[in-house]
Amino acid sequence: MAMPMESPITFSNVGKIRWWQRGIFASQTGYVLLALAVLLVIMHFASPYFFTEGNMQNVAKNFSFIAIATLGVTFVIITGGIDLSVGSMMCFSAMITSMVMTELSTPGGLGASLFVHMAADGKTVLANVPGLILLVSILAGLGVALIAGLVNGFCIAVLGLSPFVTTLGMLSIVRGLGYVVSNGRGSFPGGPDADYFYALTSGDVLGVPVPFIYLMILALTMAVVLHHTSFGRHVFALGGNEKAAELTGIPVVRVKIEVYVICALAAGLQGIIISGWLGSAPANMATSYELNVIAAAVIGGANLAGGIGGPLGAIVGCVLLEVIRNGLVLAQVSSYWQQTLVGVIIILAVLVDRIRSRMT
Amino acid sequence: MTKADATPVLELTGIGKEFGAIRALHDVDLQVFPGEVVGLMGDNGAGKSTLVKIIAGNFRPSHGEIRFAGSAVHFNRPVDARAVGIEVVYQDLALSDNLTAAANVFLGRELKRRFGPIALLDHKSMAARALELFGELRSETRPDDLVKQMSGGQRQAVAIARTRLSNARLVMMDEPTAAISVRQVEQVLGLIHRLKEQGVAVMLISHRMPDVFAVCDRVVVMRRGEKRADKPIHETSPEEVTALITGAKEAA
Repeated sequence: MAMPMESPITFSNVGKIRWWQRGIFASQTGYVLLALAVLLVIMHFASPYFFTEGNMQNVAKNFSFIAIATLGVTFVIITGGIDLSVGSMMCFSAMITSMVMTELSTPGGLGASLFVHMAADGKTVLANVPGLILLVSILAGLGVALIAGLVNGFCIAVLGLSPFVTTLGMLSIVRGLGYVVSNGRGSFPGGPDADYFYALTSGDVLGVPVPFIYLMILALTMAVVLHHTSFGRHVFALGGNEKAAELTGIPVVRVKIEVYVICALAAGLQGIIISGWLGSAPANMATSYELNVIAAAVIGGANLAGGIGGPLGAIVGCVLLEVIRNGLVLAQVSSYWQQTLVGVIIILAVLVDRIRSRMT
Repeated sequence: MTKADATPVLELTGIGKEFGAIRALHDVDLQVFPGEVVGLMGDNGAGKSTLVKIIAGNFRPSHGEIRFAGSAVHFNRPVDARAVGIEVVYQDLALSDNLTAAANVFLGRELKRRFGPIALLDHKSMAARALELFGELRSETRPDDLVKQMSGGQRQAVAIARTRLSNARLVMMDEPTAAISVRQVEQVLGLIHRLKEQGVAVMLISHRMPDVFAVCDRVVVMRRGEKRADKPIHETSPEEVTALITGAKEAA
């Protein structure tokens, strides 16, 4: 932005920071984006299948499957916290959603009479109001995520427990509850609204996978919230200097609880979307996804010490991970190399940023 | 010059504070007038910071009365003190390094524009107002530079600009010159002069004798929780103040 109006100050010995030394150009996100572009070019020459429509759709869909949760965890990371419970949360929300959906669609089931009736043939189950069951079951799935997020936030912000320990506990609690409610078997979406459910989670609009559309909408919303609302400003302030945030009168406790709730809700939504693609919510679904999600956020430039991060970085991190995975498959390299490579990239991305900040 | 305005902006009468059996402050009377710079000196544990925290609303006094601009006030939280016009510049400045100068100035009281149900930050107005404040303080600080990239003097300017935002009538500065270079000390003392010119009362808590003698109109010395001296700066000397701080001289 150019200096507005006639500036009341003359800058005799304070230099202006050049445009290429600020904002995205001076961030880890920028470097990783560049690396991603280079990788895409390499892939184009390495494999004729890479830039085909089918493969692009595939890549877009696959990275969308962790990117929404990555957006959520990025909020937490910006405040200087961490949420390890996202993987379990994905599973539990998905499971509750499909269990509620099945339960409400089974005549004779709990409260089912409000939602479904038998067709004249005595076999087909019809919905009283199409889509209502779907709405209620998704709200139920997000509801449990909301509760888990509130508990996380309460323990961390009010009781002062460490985020790592609290969410490690929540990881186990939520995964355990998933096994308890499903008896370890997992659950399947069913009933008259199941088709809507599949269309909304794994369908596509004009060839664009719907998870990708959700991701874009959520990422844009997140960008606006982070940079153009006072809540977003407070999230950054909290990560930059928590004591200062408190002294300047920012409602620190409320902001902290809010970020953990946002993170849990994003994970829940992500889980529901994944279960639509899988066609079920097995009890071991999304096991250790928290590591992929946090890795993607960190590769994209979110700083675990707090204060830095954003939606672009989260998405770039996810895309990079997916392109590498996809590329290794196309290049017919054993997919077992993927994890090793991801680890190397995490360290490299952070290392490059460290070297850069030493140089300036 | 110091007594030009008859009503003191801050008037403490018989302020005392006990923490359990420990008497941190005892019977402190103090007046601060608009446009006056008062140096508050004393050794560690003399009661300076307790006094500052009482004025800033962090603690409630066990005894005594605080009057601000003529009327009695009771602060339960720092926000209450800020509401009447008392601002504190903390020793570590309480800035968020990862935010811009303008964002730090407006932290916790951002300017917003409403679009129906949503309120978005008004970046332009905030940057313009911050630039104005830096201009008043004659500090070469750009509103959209990150605080991380700034010098110690610029950081002080950001922290002080924050107090100007609310048109504070009393600014308390806790060791503003403790950890910065000689040139930057000069800048900070300049900033204090700017505040004074605008009729703001300043309380400078400092260990650095030369700084106190360079900017203050009056010096108050605390020792063992009591006020031992309260003198116009030209009636005392660094030697006398040192004696008062260490206890070589009991009172003046």
